[in-house]
Amino acid sequence: MLDPYKIREDFPILKRKVNDQPLVYFDNASTSQKPKQVIQAIKDFYENHNANVHRAVHTLSQEASELYENAHEEVAKFIGAKGIEEIVFVRGTTEAINLVAYAWGLHNLRRDDEAIVSLMEHHSNIVPWEIVSKIHGFKIKYMGVNKDGTLDHRSFEKLVSKKTRIVCLSHVSNVTGIVNDVERVAKTAHDHGALMLVDGAQSVPHMPVNVKDLGVDFLAFSGHKMLGPTGIGVLFGKREILEEMPPFHGGGEMIKDVSFDQETKRCSIAWNVLPWKFEAGTPNVGGAVGLMEAVRYLKRIGMENVKEHEETLTNYALPRMQDSSEKIEIYGTKDTSKKCGIVPFGVKGLSSHDVALFLDNYGIMIRSGFHCAQPLHEVFKLNSSARASFYIYNTREEVDRFIGVLKEIGQF
Amino acid sequence: MVTVEDYVSRAEGTCGKEKDVIIIFKYETRDEAVKKILERATLKKSLAGIVFELAFKNYSFRLYGSGKIILRGLESKDELNALLSALLI
Repeated sequence: MLDPYKIREDFPILKRKVNDQPLVYFDNASTSQKPKQVIQAIKDFYENHNANVHRAVHTLSQEASELYENAHEEVAKFIGAKGIEEIVFVRGTTEAINLVAYAWGLHNLRRDDEAIVSLMEHHSNIVPWEIVSKIHGFKIKYMGVNKDGTLDHRSFEKLVSKKTRIVCLSHVSNVTGIVNDVERVAKTAHDHGALMLVDGAQSVPHMPVNVKDLGVDFLAFSGHKMLGPTGIGVLFGKREILEEMPPFHGGGEMIKDVSFDQETKRCSIAWNVLPWKFEAGTPNVGGAVGLMEAVRYLKRIGMENVKEHEETLTNYALPRMQDSSEKIEIYGTKDTSKKCGIVPFGVKGLSSHDVALFLDNYGIMIRSGFHCAQPLHEVFKLNSSARASFYIYNTREEVDRFIGVLKEIGQF
Repeated sequence: MVTVEDYVSRAEGTCGKEKDVIIIFKYETRDEAVKKILERATLKKSLAGIVFELAFKNYSFRLYGSGKIILRGLESKDELNALLSALLI
């Protein structure tokens, strides 16, 4: 069991006030706050070790390279990957999915092929596939969502066929917090010869995730949602698949050899080894160091404890939110065994932005809008939704304050 | 001469089907902006000095004590500027 009060001491931002009220940060599905250990690690890197990686023989470059490679190693162990060859650092989940859509999709998907995507996806797992399909003309089929927001497995099983080349699904919905049975979907995908890409942006920071157990081919996630800095994220890919894929971006670092051929008057290029083949240009070394420290921080707490804490808070919050006012409506399933610490809701007669601004007056930060998942809002027939999302530093007292303000909103 | 820019820090389109605009007032002048708007618009409903539902000309909108307004149904940036000018200048 984790102690959120002890954890809070590590988060300087949680000491500040907003609108003269103590800050309650319930927008963790958007981005998490950063502990002082992560801030210090980044500061230490820039103050003591900053240099370009894999470029020079001098001491600083060696230190920076070692830190950068260690960060890959730490992440690989965290998600059960075989080694750093399977861990590509990118800017975030969006870039990770774009990498697969372009580098794998452009070279593997043809007119008669199909990609299956779910309607509960974040736009970052829809738009790249729509863009690439317009270039190559392959079909995209959308698996449905049940009324309670859970995945409609029957619709998926009807859509999947020998034409399916890839199935793209979020592990946890960023709107409802519903945890999808990725293992089951991956098995069906593989039975039909398709690959499985999972958006892990809302799962990797909040629960134990092991790529081997899930049976996924690609897993994308962001550092900034798991206590790390912005601008660093991860694409896990099975080594044999990444080996076969051409690079996404071209430039320095991702090549082993570029030589000018006097006969053809062209340059011939040999790609670098994994994962560097997919990391063109000077990487975000400071971000990687911050991410490594974030992973270590989470490991010290234990991901089972993180999951349990968020479950406890959600179990505490959900019935109290529901009882706070007749005007409050919780969207998606209320069965907390099917979801993690994300609670979407609305207040009758008020837009989600009104609700968010009202709470902001009390220093309580929540998200409002589509949360970059407009198709799912269309399924729910909603113009937008308010969303509270919890993390390791949130407490029952904060939930009580939140409920108190919801009661006031209900009176408006 | 006082301008809208003296009061407005940001104008942001909201995310969602509603396509509302949120106006965020500058911290230094937000109390003055809130006071001016409360003087010029007609109060329809309020709660605890935190949120005010107001009517002004053909518009109805909500003003928050923290210095933010949600405006609805605006057709253009010109219309937004004209409304803010009428409320603040």
